Amino acid sequence: METRTVQFRIYRYDPDKDAKPWMQDIALELESTDRKLLDAIVKLKAKDDSIAFRRSCREGVCGSDAMNINGKNGLACLTDVDDLKQPIVLRPLPGLPVIRDLIVDMTQFFNQYHSIKPYLVNHDPLPERERLQSPEDRDELDGLYECILCACCSTACPSFWWNPDKFVGPAGLLAAYRFIADTRDQTTSERLDNLEDPYRLFRCHTIMNCVDVCPKGLNPTKAIGKIKDMMMRRAV
Amino acid sequence: MAVAVRKFDAVIVGAGGAGLRAAIQLSEAGLRTAVISKVFPTRSHTVAAQGGVAASLGNSEEDHWHWHMYDTVKGSDWLGDQDAIEFMCRKANEVVIELEHYGMPFDRLDNGRIYQRPFGGHMSNFGEKPVARSCAAADRTGHAMLHALYQRNIKANTHFFTEWMALDLIRDEDGDVLGVTALEMETGEVVAFHARATIFATGGAGRIYHSSTNAFINTGDGLGMAARAGIPLEDMEFWQFHPTGVAGAGVLITEGVRGEGGILRNAQGERFMERYAPNAKDLASRDVVSRAMVTEINEGRGCGPNKDFVLLDITHLKPETIMKRLPGIHEISLRFAGVDPIRAPIPVVPTCHFQMGGIPINYRGQVVAPKSGSPEVPVPGFYAAGECSCSSVHGANRLGTNSLLELLVFGKSAGETAVNDLRMGRREHKPLPKEAIDRTLARLSRLENQKDGADVHETRLAMQRVMQKHAGVFRFKDLLEEGVTEIMKVADQVKMAQINDKSRVFNTARIEALELDNLIEVAKATMVSAEARKESRGAHVRDDAPDTPEHPDGRDDDNWIKHTLWYSEGNRLDYKPVHLDPLTVESFPPKKRSY
Repeated sequence: METRTVQFRIYRYDPDKDAKPWMQDIALELESTDRKLLDAIVKLKAKDDSIAFRRSCREGVCGSDAMNINGKNGLACLTDVDDLKQPIVLRPLPGLPVIRDLIVDMTQFFNQYHSIKPYLVNHDPLPERERLQSPEDRDELDGLYECILCACCSTACPSFWWNPDKFVGPAGLLAAYRFIADTRDQTTSERLDNLEDPYRLFRCHTIMNCVDVCPKGLNPTKAIGKIKDMMMRRAV
Repeated sequence: MAVAVRKFDAVIVGAGGAGLRAAIQLSEAGLRTAVISKVFPTRSHTVAAQGGVAASLGNSEEDHWHWHMYDTVKGSDWLGDQDAIEFMCRKANEVVIELEHYGMPFDRLDNGRIYQRPFGGHMSNFGEKPVARSCAAADRTGHAMLHALYQRNIKANTHFFTEWMALDLIRDEDGDVLGVTALEMETGEVVAFHARATIFATGGAGRIYHSSTNAFINTGDGLGMAARAGIPLEDMEFWQFHPTGVAGAGVLITEGVRGEGGILRNAQGERFMERYAPNAKDLASRDVVSRAMVTEINEGRGCGPNKDFVLLDITHLKPETIMKRLPGIHEISLRFAGVDPIRAPIPVVPTCHFQMGGIPINYRGQVVAPKSGSPEVPVPGFYAAGECSCSSVHGANRLGTNSLLELLVFGKSAGETAVNDLRMGRREHKPLPKEAIDRTLARLSRLENQKDGADVHETRLAMQRVMQKHAGVFRFKDLLEEGVTEIMKVADQVKMAQINDKSRVFNTARIEALELDNLIEVAKATMVSAEARKESRGAHVRDDAPDTPEHPDGRDDDNWIKHTLWYSEGNRLDYKPVHLDPLTVESFPPKKRSY
């Protein structure tokens, strides 16, 4: 089988052993069937079992294997090795505390997601059948509900780096708009109140890094713009 | 080593669809509930389900739960328990409507109702013609469902232990289940979760095979824990090979593609399913389609330079339909097959997908095992749901969209039964036996001190190759017998598996070694059960049990309408009767399956 050698530089940090993080240079033989970056990292781990990273579905729907790849956030399982300049530099997602190697502590990211109350609220008595929703109204959720919470976007956002405790960040705001846009949800006004704050929403300065890195092709900036519009309209 | 003990009313292991659905039941009942998950809940493998969830809502054409029940019994090749199947099909509308009320973004019909599409083996009027029964959110139904269930749990304030791996089941001398031991990945700390009710929802073990649609995390942890604790595993010989995994990559392409009109073609461009299933064609049951594909490939009509795949063609569908109903498939084809399905067909092969067997449960979600002559006695304090369990609604072959339904129905049912048992005061915190955590500590200490042992990665690979070769789509007497010997050799290696990394913090090498202990239990169960079942049925088809007039499809109904039970201790088998009696309707007697 045809093989090729690929050069990697990987961020390493094990708090049990390392006083500070360091970069490891590794060369790896890959077979023609090893197409995705995740295939390569799994192979690296077979050689050195101390390399730590998260992974699960390997098809871009679970959101586990987000990392910083040659300076840009992305999912290892959706990235073609041969599209990357060598050495392939792998670092943990920026802006969050590193637990070990490529694994970051995502507590702040999830806290922000939880802070927007990401669940449908409807106070009407439950109907016997499904609530009705027109196909057009349902279309409003496209581009919003598909988020996989990988955190590529929020950890590419300078506003989130500076204020991860106060700024909801692109992923959380996309989720906020997903419920605002849902005709079945009755708490739009409370949802806007929850975001009316100098930091929570308005720290978005439309830098659009989130759009640039989203592995699902979603557009948090657009959703944030819609929330800002609604906020403005209700103010006048 | 001192081990901290944490007390809860209930502990749920696994945060996929079944675990999250059970958690809603318990949390909303006000019980202190811990959900332990190896991954953040929305990363569980339910997220990868695509095509839909079955319910006879009848939104676009007439449908009935009784027809759904018939299809499921037939799909199971009469190995399914008809009481559990009736229960599931009757409950389908209720649990799907609930999910809609939770906020699940189902696609909609023009009248505002939930969109439904046809799916393999789902027919109207007792097998007459395909019916639109699969409730879908584009081709991302599992993702939409898992997120909706997680979101409902946020609302219910469920207590999650994320990135904790459950290690062993705790049972006392009466056999009662009192909780689990678990490892916190971030710190390496071991804790005993002491509970009045323990619910397993740990998913499948598709990673025992080399080529699988399953996620890395699908390592059969619940099955391994149960088997080590003396609980038998049921019907483990039955594994579903999904007809359409992307050739080479193994990534799933939903049957919904064929539900929307996709066609399978061989190298001659022929729609070969017309020969194998003249009525249902490409929408025949999965075992039937997978065997047809492998037969085409074996007889030289495969595609590509090695003639080792067939083509899934949707180029005749409108591009708008593809982008509206199958956007995820469009993306997967581009990324993993390098093909734009609007313009060219997708290369596919049957790929290991789903485990029909599992931890034996009844339709109330109670784990049951033989005791003093009775085949199904509930194990006090122990419940299970979803792919890790065997109710058995799928019997020898599962219909597409019945897995998402199963996890909703039995997640809820296990949760309800546990809530009732706790409320009625039937379950107290029994004292933890002194040796409760010994098994776990012994495993960890063995791993810590192992020298000159086997490499985890290599051993896992050896297991996967044995399973792939010896227990695939078609099974052969000689290969099955050899397979039992081979897998027992690998099992000896697993006992000596060694890791080099001994760090405490987020040691994923240790996690993978502990997962291998679970995988190997499932692999042994599969191999031994498959070798012993001397007939062909559903997904289990052997060369020495061919289709004959006396035994249609190689099925031996006189001797083999029974469930297999495999015990880890002694590597031995037992059998128990199939429930042929439904709850309220007439039994569907066995007959030859044709689509």
